[in-house]
Amino acid sequence: MNQESIPQLPKPTGFVPWYLGARDRFNRAFDGFFLWLASQFRQFIVDIGMLARFGIEGFKLFATRPFRWNELVIHMEFIGNKSIGIIMMSGLFTGMALAYQIYLGFKIVNATSLVGPTVGMGITRELGPVLTGLIVAARAGGAMTARIGSMRVTEQIDALEVMGVNPLQYLVSPRLVAAVLVMPLLTAIFDFMAMFGCWLICIKLLSMDEASFFDRTYLWLEPYHINEGLFKAAIFGLFFAVICTYRGYNTKGGAEGVGTATNRGVVLSMVMVIVADFFLTQMINTFYVVFGMNGWK
Amino acid sequence: MEVKVLEDTQAGVAPTGDADSAISIRDLKKSFDGREFVMNGISLEIPKGKITVLIGYSGTGKSVLLKHILGLLKPTSGSIHILGQDITNMNTRQLTKLRNSFGMLFQYAALFDDMSALENVIFPLKEHRREMSRAEMVDTARARLKESGLDEKHFNKQPSEMSGGMRKRVGLARALALDPAILIYDEPTTGLDPVLTEMVDNLIVSTHNARKGTTSVVVSHDLYAAFRIADYVAMLDSGRVLLHGTPQDFLDSDIDLVKRFVSKGVRKELQVHTDAPSEK
Repeated sequence: MNQESIPQLPKPTGFVPWYLGARDRFNRAFDGFFLWLASQFRQFIVDIGMLARFGIEGFKLFATRPFRWNELVIHMEFIGNKSIGIIMMSGLFTGMALAYQIYLGFKIVNATSLVGPTVGMGITRELGPVLTGLIVAARAGGAMTARIGSMRVTEQIDALEVMGVNPLQYLVSPRLVAAVLVMPLLTAIFDFMAMFGCWLICIKLLSMDEASFFDRTYLWLEPYHINEGLFKAAIFGLFFAVICTYRGYNTKGGAEGVGTATNRGVVLSMVMVIVADFFLTQMINTFYVVFGMNGWK
Repeated sequence: MEVKVLEDTQAGVAPTGDADSAISIRDLKKSFDGREFVMNGISLEIPKGKITVLIGYSGTGKSVLLKHILGLLKPTSGSIHILGQDITNMNTRQLTKLRNSFGMLFQYAALFDDMSALENVIFPLKEHRREMSRAEMVDTARARLKESGLDEKHFNKQPSEMSGGMRKRVGLARALALDPAILIYDEPTTGLDPVLTEMVDNLIVSTHNARKGTTSVVVSHDLYAAFRIADYVAMLDSGRVLLHGTPQDFLDSDIDLVKRFVSKGVRKELQVHTDAPSEK
């Protein structure tokens, strides 16, 4: 087409009001935002899929030869034994603080004898597994990502592969299984220490009746409350172990990459523990209703 | 075996066609995104029992080629035969078995930093020689470390307590642990001072000479070192083999890129070293 035949817009002269073309600009920004949102959502779905595949592959490889029993014990010791101190301390003070707060509330309605079972249910069902999950994800999960990530950037994982050792089986599988096995044990310790803290506050500090404390706790706190928490803890262990090992295994770059991977791994693990807690609670409640158990009523 | 200066063809560079090859690569192409080819039709025969050095500027595809040889990457097209076996269609289990024939010294040794020098060398034995007793493994590991020239007082040191040269020795001992048929060195002298560079070069040659029949492949961009140790040199450029021949072939080459590489990388006095240092 001849250049001269194209209709030309008049050249702007002087002041141009802001609203000229504002609708087009708004439409472009609006479209851009939703395109960005769609790409983020797509990436999120892809990430979830990759994480699921990684976790399934990790568990599958644990059941194939050569079995990694030694590594399993080493990682159980690292995730479990080395977390006991911090878990006991956290459990003790959580139980004490919760007992005191509940005591202050229940005192208003003259129901202080129910402090024990209330703390017991709150700790065993919710706070025990969630706080244990958060603490262990931060401590052991961060260490997992950093360890595997530094192995990736220093070619140690490549070295394993070249030596004919499956790095996923050697590095990831035992960590996943160890986290799932150890988390319920740590939660049980947390629960015990929290109840001990509650007992200290109620009996030793507030001089409540000890027989009444134990009787009410025994009456209201059921074994399935404790089991519910232990089950949740195993799931949290699975989540943080898969997320942290995945982040470490796919680390890129040097020291900065390891730092970024560790940061993302720990943050995502902690968020997932809290989010998963809500959905697990709903699922367990549904299970209780379907099977006629005395769950959440 | 005579390796000639190869003529450029449309598909890259034609192989020598010699059946006595440890590694045989034919028309290897690799693209990560389906559009650009990192490997653009590489054909290369790496002879058994010799030291072959792969050289080239940075980003010419040396590391990608190495990953293909190790089976860590699958080619888009073409084939790779290792000791007569086509690895392009092997599954993970078959590749794992084949990798027992490889020993690899990484650029920064890639030692496991939670293990001592001795434990690092024992590791591949624990994985692949389960029939051996612990005492036998320790004896073998100690022998390999001595062979690599590491003083006995360093055997129980962690990698963080070792110098760069010591780590290379441990890395080499680990690569030798399973008596591999093919030894691969990935840029072994990068980042080392001239004294350590010469030490590593000598180590490669002495290890090669001490193990008759072992094929050594060295990936490097240090032409000075390459000419000191190589029986054959292959130069890569833009995902293709530009030249494959003896060091003397390189010095005599009329290819412009080779001439530039040689003039930048080799000092004049080196020309006296170009008759091969290894026992051919």
